[in-house]
Amino acid sequence: MRIEISTETLYSDFVKKVEAISEQTLISCYQCGKCSAGCPMCFAMDLLPSQIIRLAQLGLEDDIAKANTIWICASCITCSVRCPKGVDLARVMEALRLITSRKNIDQVQIPEIPKETIAQLPQVAMVGGFRKLTA
Amino acid sequence: MERIGVFVCHCKLMAYMDTGTVVEAISKKPDVVHAAAYEDLCLAPGLEQVKDTIKNEKLDGVLITSCSPVLHQEVLRQAVTAAGLEAHQMQAVDIRSQNGVKENTERAIEAISSALDKLKASLPPVRTKVPITKKVLVIGGGIAGIRASLDIADGGYEVILVERTHSIGGHMIQYSETFPTLDCPQCIETPLMTDTGQHDNITIYAYSEIEEVTGSIGKFKVKIRRKAAYVDWDKCNGCLMCIEKCPPRVLSEYERYLDMPKRQAHRRAIWVPHAQAVPMRPIIDKDHCLYFTKGKCRVCEQACPSKAIDFTQQESFVEIEVGAIVVASGFDLMPKSAIKEYELDKDILEGIEFERILCPAGPTAGKVIRPSDGREPKTVAFISCCGSRDPEHGVPYCSKVCCMYLVKMALLYMHAVHDGQTFIFYIDIRTTGKGYEEFVQRAVTEDNVLYLRGKVSKIFRDGDKIKVWGADTLTGKRIEMAVDLVVLGMAMLPSEGVKELADKLGIATDEHGFMVELHSKLRPMESSVPGIYLAGCCQGPKDIQDTVAQGGGAASKVLALFAQDEVILEEAAVR
Ligand SMILES: Cc1cc2nc3c(=O)[nH]c(=O)nc-3n(C[C@H](O)[C@H](O)[C@H](O)COP(=O)(O)OP(=O)(O)OC[C@H]3O[C@@H](n4cnc5c(N)ncnc54)[C@H](O)[C@@H]3O)c2cc1C
Repeated sequence: MRIEISTETLYSDFVKKVEAISEQTLISCYQCGKCSAGCPMCFAMDLLPSQIIRLAQLGLEDDIAKANTIWICASCITCSVRCPKGVDLARVMEALRLITSRKNIDQVQIPEIPKETIAQLPQVAMVGGFRKLTA
Repeated sequence: MERIGVFVCHCKLMAYMDTGTVVEAISKKPDVVHAAAYEDLCLAPGLEQVKDTIKNEKLDGVLITSCSPVLHQEVLRQAVTAAGLEAHQMQAVDIRSQNGVKENTERAIEAISSALDKLKASLPPVRTKVPITKKVLVIGGGIAGIRASLDIADGGYEVILVERTHSIGGHMIQYSETFPTLDCPQCIETPLMTDTGQHDNITIYAYSEIEEVTGSIGKFKVKIRRKAAYVDWDKCNGCLMCIEKCPPRVLSEYERYLDMPKRQAHRRAIWVPHAQAVPMRPIIDKDHCLYFTKGKCRVCEQACPSKAIDFTQQESFVEIEVGAIVVASGFDLMPKSAIKEYELDKDILEGIEFERILCPAGPTAGKVIRPSDGREPKTVAFISCCGSRDPEHGVPYCSKVCCMYLVKMALLYMHAVHDGQTFIFYIDIRTTGKGYEEFVQRAVTEDNVLYLRGKVSKIFRDGDKIKVWGADTLTGKRIEMAVDLVVLGMAMLPSEGVKELADKLGIATDEHGFMVELHSKLRPMESSVPGIYLAGCCQGPKDIQDTVAQGGGAASKVLALFAQDEVILEEAAVR
């Protein structure tokens, strides 16, 4: 599938919002990949951190939403510390999470979570998780 | 001044203001007898119009607005003086600005009005004629300084070449082979070094530094400090018998302090950098010499057939007078320790260290081995942009040559170790020189050099191997690899001590310490001080081709100056 890139996607409200919340200029990332090379959580991500910021630069919100990356990010800030361009990617990740949460969409259906899983999860994690992931 | 003419230049590139209004406003100013807009004043027909108007209107003051006074001032001034006025009777003023038409127009009127005041207040400059001392000082004996020295000396003028180490040659002579043609410096640079050493018009002061510079173009006075070598170089015949018997073994600065197995890269306390040194004269390293540290030994003294060893030698000073100076002080590499996430390890090298290991004239005679254990490395990872293009932790600029020398070394390594494998981690491959892209393609297709696109995040030792954490952003995969040897493409910095040197010369440097040229495109060989010229990496990172071109260019500037017998120095008069 071809992606559509236009003035609208590049300067969309989504891009503006990510930049405003994270206080980062997305386009200063020059895609060297060092964030991905050093990310300790990369093994569990379906897209690399450098790919996420690329998608954000291009305003491709849906592709970011489809990936698990922003939820796997542990905010360890290894990427932010090593970024040659001084982009605080951890804050960009946080902004992306916030934007998603503020959509007030149920990301999980509580009744559908299997009993066994609930039994395994600590309560704090469940409460925190529901706060983040439900409307 | 009572009859001032104002010439408002107006070309298509400058159609951003209402020139009619500007001319109208200016023509009302006192003493302005002529104000008009012209097209393309910088071209010959425009200049003719200026000349004619000066004569017809009997002007005694001229104000010209142009896009860039820096570039146009000289032709404008020539036109005005050709029409019989003195240079100070003209002012050029830049009225470009980037706002709306109305604001631009207002600003232009303001700028012209204040330039009119300046014009009226201007006095004829004080002119002094200085006879040119037709000798040149070249600072730095790398390939830039060598090229400049030879070209000026061949032009018939005397050259004094000051080099701070004890041989000329610079960094180039340390390399194995040079891209893109793979000729070895020992073949292509040594003839130039020898020529420089033998040339009747060139005096080399090696192991010397600039102490003080005064004066100006045509007549600089320079004090040179000759460091104490503890060897009388006039008596010494370069037989090097002194070195053979010298007991200490010391890590060598020429070998980048490489600590190779069996002390292959060590030197003695009395030493020459390499077998092709020019001049071929040793120095004693006082910090390691047994006589200086323990009070006994003097083996070199006994070995010397010419009685040249002189433990009492002191530093000395030479004072010279020159008409021009060429600065060719070159570069240094950013230290590896600057990148904290890349471990310091014997098998993690920077570029010049690996050049020494690849070099047939190097400590291992070109046999590729690891410094840690002397084994042949079977896998080598090359890392681009170490410190370069990293405004956060290093320098923001691209060092320009690392892409090329890393692939060169990968290729040379493959030629030495046929069953080896190389990887180059890169962000962008920059190969803009002639034959450079073809060189990279050859390395990839014929020599199995594998490029991986992503900046490396961490390098550390893991047992016998060096672990590299990288990424291949093209596949979107993270990479972890264990290799035998790593080579870092460290950023190029101006040579150590550049600030002090620039201060002594009174020339400008940029925020990184590179010497600033007068105009980045049009006057790249001139420094901010007349009579002082720049060549090579002291002005910015560049390859040998560009360095040599700039060395020759700086020489041509000096030769053009020396074609005259005197310079006229103009100083602004003060009331
Ligand atoms: C690892 C590596 C490999 C490279 N390989 C290639 C290649 O294959 N092909 C290519 O085209 N380019 C290559 N380059 C680039 C090349 O090294 C430079 O273009 C070239 O050496 C610049 O020459 P230079 O004379 O300006 O500087 P330098 O070689 O640095 O020479 C400067 C000289 O000035 C002396 N000096 C410094 N300060 C003072 C002072 N204050 N007073 C007196 N003397 C002073 C120094 O001792 C030195 O001798 C490579 C660079 C690196 C780092």
